Amino acid sequence: MSLLIEADHLTRVLPATVPVTLVRDVSLSVDEHEFIAITGPSGSGKSSLLYLLGLLDRPTSGHLRIAGQDTSSLNDDALAHLRLEMLGFVFQFHFLLPEFSVLENVMLPMRKAGRLSSTAMRERAASLLEELGLAGHLDKRPDQLSGGQRQRVAVARALANDPHVVLADEPTGSLDSKSSEQVFQILRDLVKKRGKTVIAVTHDMDIAARVDRRIHLVDGRVVSDERVAQAAV
Amino acid sequence: MRLILELALTHIAGRGRQTIVAILGVALGVGFSIAMAALMQGTEKDFIAQLVDTMPHVQISDERRTARRQPAEDLFAAAQFEGLRPKEDRRGILNPAAAFASLRSWVPGRMAQSLRTQGVVRYAGRDVGVSIIGIEPETEARVSSVAGDFVEGSFDSLRAGGNNILIGDRLARRIGASTGTTIQVVAPTGQSRGFRIVGQFHTGNVARDEGEAYVLLKSAQILSERPNAINDIRLRLDDPEAAPRVARQAEAELGYKAVPWQEANESLLEALVVRNVVMYTVVGAILLVAGFGIFNIISTITHEKARDIAILKSLGFTQGNMRRLFLLEGLALGLAGSLVGWLIGFVLCFVLSQVEFKVSGAAIGREMTNLPLFWSPWHYAIASAFALISSGVAGYLPARQAARLNPVDIIRGAT
Repeated sequence: MSLLIEADHLTRVLPATVPVTLVRDVSLSVDEHEFIAITGPSGSGKSSLLYLLGLLDRPTSGHLRIAGQDTSSLNDDALAHLRLEMLGFVFQFHFLLPEFSVLENVMLPMRKAGRLSSTAMRERAASLLEELGLAGHLDKRPDQLSGGQRQRVAVARALANDPHVVLADEPTGSLDSKSSEQVFQILRDLVKKRGKTVIAVTHDMDIAARVDRRIHLVDGRVVSDERVAQAAV
Repeated sequence: MRLILELALTHIAGRGRQTIVAILGVALGVGFSIAMAALMQGTEKDFIAQLVDTMPHVQISDERRTARRQPAEDLFAAAQFEGLRPKEDRRGILNPAAAFASLRSWVPGRMAQSLRTQGVVRYAGRDVGVSIIGIEPETEARVSSVAGDFVEGSFDSLRAGGNNILIGDRLARRIGASTGTTIQVVAPTGQSRGFRIVGQFHTGNVARDEGEAYVLLKSAQILSERPNAINDIRLRLDDPEAAPRVARQAEAELGYKAVPWQEANESLLEALVVRNVVMYTVVGAILLVAGFGIFNIISTITHEKARDIAILKSLGFTQGNMRRLFLLEGLALGLAGSLVGWLIGFVLCFVLSQVEFKVSGAAIGREMTNLPLFWSPWHYAIASAFALISSGVAGYLPARQAARLNPVDIIRGAT
């Protein structure tokens, strides 16, 4: 069985008068059911690496295979399709569409994929939200929710099309400790109970200490990639 | 793509005030250009209608446009003449009865014949040069617009006696005569006769009111010593637009110069063309300004929605989806603007049509008038087509730019 994500000497250089190297020669592979934290100081290229892995950005050099498929030869539309099918994103700021209700936000990726009937989409979105403890908030607008609630809506939206990988960019970065803990528990459940792979960029050492695998970046380079021995929770 | 349409409409609805401004911008452009077009075309049609009304549709005179075919040309194939000019022969239309009869057999409309000559009206020591037009009252009344402009008397009054005359009210005032007065008319032949004024007309056209006098055809023939002659046939067609065709055919048949009203008023009609160019430029400018309004609003929305573009793209929406989204927003604004613009245009036209104003009667022969407006669905269609196209373009350009945005740039900017 092929690995979920295989990065092969990925490098991303921002073209400018003085080119900035964001990610430097990173090779790594990610399997199913992994819970990975990418850590590192500010400006170490954590987020840039995540965007590369999430097909939001293209590497300057190197190759990235998703489920065995080389993505460097794909056009933008094919990448968009892969994102839709395989990947879910959670950003530091919730990035929900403010004009749509919570339920509609979660339904958006499903409607784009267009596989389910509208009642089925509605049911699936509602059940995802209920599982994340948002049962009473389906018809609210994002700005009527707290930060933690919005982030949970964002997780529900990331799960909408049942992706293999959920990529989270500082998912707890703008939350208080209680909400952070909730979101962390949810992400961990995605791995333990739903069998997803979660890759999270984080500053939060408390979270980084409790994942299965930790990738530490400095100056765009992987300086350590280690499995973390977990105490039973 | 119902989803894209829904997103577009939600974006638009989410920006209440801006959306209203954008729609109003388009609507005012569409509305004003509709009203403008209706007014311009209305006045043009009104002007032409008056022209057509007061002029004979085709006037056949005893002139020729080109020289007659020379007998030598018929005899010898090699014979060729150049630089020939038609003979200055104003003896009148030859064989008028036959010409009149043959025209009557095919011309779709009414016709009248007359003899036009120059003369001098003399009264109380004053001499005024006038055109003396000899007419047949019953046919003339059905062809000439003067029939409706009589202040006193009518064409029929001429028949009451042998030496009756109808003159314009300005002429009467100038020589100090009034209805019932007998005036002296002197023809170039030296013939002089006394005529009794049996009526006065007021056409509003100074040249006619001061310079035309109508007498019976017979009297004119006697004055000019040309028994049975006529030199003018005027046609009033059922369809004024057919005038050029009828004129061509009449000219081919009779050999005499037949002038349709379009030719007689060529310079006026050319001025109308210039006016139309000006009108469409103004209307186009209005719509162009409205188009810029749409452009502005869509680019603003696009910039404000950069974050949404990043989100949607990260969710798996393609560039094409994004392009369509903002293009649809432009078109939706254009469409809404068009519909409101139709309403504005309609109301404006209605209000304008209610405006009444006074113009001195001398100019057009009417005292009270309304703005003439011409209602055409084409005005509505063209204005909204233009609005839709410009809003499509205005939406498309920022849309293309928006679609190319790299979500990462936006997310980086946000975090």
